[in-house]
Amino acid sequence: MVTPKSWREWEKPLLELDDALDKLRELSRSAPGEKRREIQAKITEFETRRDAYIRTVYGDLGVWEKVLVARAETRPYTLDYLNALTSDFIELQGDRRYGMDHAIIGGPAIFRGHPVMILGQQKGRNIQERQHRNFAMAKPEGYRKAIRLMEMADRFRMPILSFVDTPAADPSPDSESRGISEAISDAILTSFGLGVPFIAVIIGEGGSGGAIGIATGNRVLMLEHAVYSVIPPEGCAAILWRQPERGADASVALQLTAQHAYQFGLVDEIVAEPFGGAHRDPAEAAVRVGDALENVLNDLLELTPDQLREDRYEKFRSMGRHEVVEGVLSAPDPHRRA
Amino acid sequence: MRLGITVDEGSFVELDTDLLSVDSLHFPDYADKLAQAVAKSGRNEGLVSGTATIEGTPIAIAVADFTFMGGSMGSVAGEKIARTLERAAVSQMPAVVFCASGGARMQEGLFSLMQLAKTNAAVHRCRQSGAPYIAIFTDPTMAGVLASYASVADIILAEPKAQVGFAGARVSKQAGVGKVPDDFQTAEYAYRHGMVDRIVPRRDLRDTLAALCRMLGGSNGHA
Repeated sequence: MVTPKSWREWEKPLLELDDALDKLRELSRSAPGEKRREIQAKITEFETRRDAYIRTVYGDLGVWEKVLVARAETRPYTLDYLNALTSDFIELQGDRRYGMDHAIIGGPAIFRGHPVMILGQQKGRNIQERQHRNFAMAKPEGYRKAIRLMEMADRFRMPILSFVDTPAADPSPDSESRGISEAISDAILTSFGLGVPFIAVIIGEGGSGGAIGIATGNRVLMLEHAVYSVIPPEGCAAILWRQPERGADASVALQLTAQHAYQFGLVDEIVAEPFGGAHRDPAEAAVRVGDALENVLNDLLELTPDQLREDRYEKFRSMGRHEVVEGVLSAPDPHRRA
Repeated sequence: MRLGITVDEGSFVELDTDLLSVDSLHFPDYADKLAQAVAKSGRNEGLVSGTATIEGTPIAIAVADFTFMGGSMGSVAGEKIARTLERAAVSQMPAVVFCASGGARMQEGLFSLMQLAKTNAAVHRCRQSGAPYIAIFTDPTMAGVLASYASVADIILAEPKAQVGFAGARVSKQAGVGKVPDDFQTAEYAYRHGMVDRIVPRRDLRDTLAALCRMLGGSNGHA
């Protein structure tokens, strides 16, 4: 079988069933009694087929298929979660140094009664939106705005909720010239000084440095079909095999799913997605994300600023796996399995 | 080697030599590549860390080795950097870190990405303590290392012509990055754009570091 390159290509059988169902429902509305019952039966049959298909496919999603789902353009994005979960969001702009950025959005909002500071990467659904958002690849200005808002949240004792969804930080010469690496690094550094609860949720793509720049929360949640990776699979394939088209193989090697990240102890909680993925029921996905965030927030609100800083430090300081071996020259057994 | 021309003769005490990477992902060829690098270098990890003095000033030092799997930062390199910075914080002495890395070690997957957070957590602690932290960008200082502890040192020196940048050539090409300036992603380019304090040729590095450590050297420097 040919490796699918996009979610649309891969979910084609399902999308065709959806289309057929839409058409049948349309027909049934105008059909006379007898005919209508026939169509209803057909609808039930198609729904059963659709649900069986979803159960089969989503019950055991492959790693690459998760990458495709995480990138799906119908998947709920940061603003969708904001609209569903918060009120009074007021977007703030500018890094006060160079310019504005539309890939990272941020500002205060009310989340279930709490004034919070929102951060998040925002993707676009059509060509114009995607260009406007720079494909959710933030420039230095985006990270410096995030730093500004983190520090503001700290001053005004507002918890920070960060929605992570980016393929990567912007790799353009433009961003390089203004210090994209320093901006990301400084955002991470700033987070370790925050005396307020900081919760990150990986909602789609957690793309390497671009993601971790706003993801060093006291708790990190991850949606069931989201991905989180040190390098984009295509970039990894380009380095490993000089074949960027082998992204699917690289994604398997990178083990970039929520289930892997949780098993490795690098994220705290997996938020289960609605049947067939967050994109099939964005409203339900938002409720689940909201409930998970609220639970975690209530726990963190019990902690003092010093405890929150210590908690965050301990959490990330302990990440990584090594073994302690005797002697300097102990070559590992190449066939050893960790 | 670099340590020899930088620190006082006989002052270097190597620490953390017993840490060895774990192939948690069973990543293709990682165990073999790591075994080869260990056999060739005679060390468990390319990055060397410890304590030394530089013209009498005690320092915590780490020196990366590009020949060991491209100096890539996995769990062990991250751990050694964090320990170096914490050592500086606890003993109130300067941390001097020689960077040389293509970026995060992709063979350790998300564990490697988390080293960006881990090392910066340690930078934060070092800053809080009042111990100075000096980074030297040698060829190359790229990607995950540049986007973490390297870029947030108190003072950043770079060696002439060192490659310094965010996205490596193959990843950039994949991302569709077009034409770039001739000196793109060099130490000189980073310097010109305000990302580096000074470009220092290797022969002057010891003197520059000694002077900086003496002036900024934490409590030991002022004793």
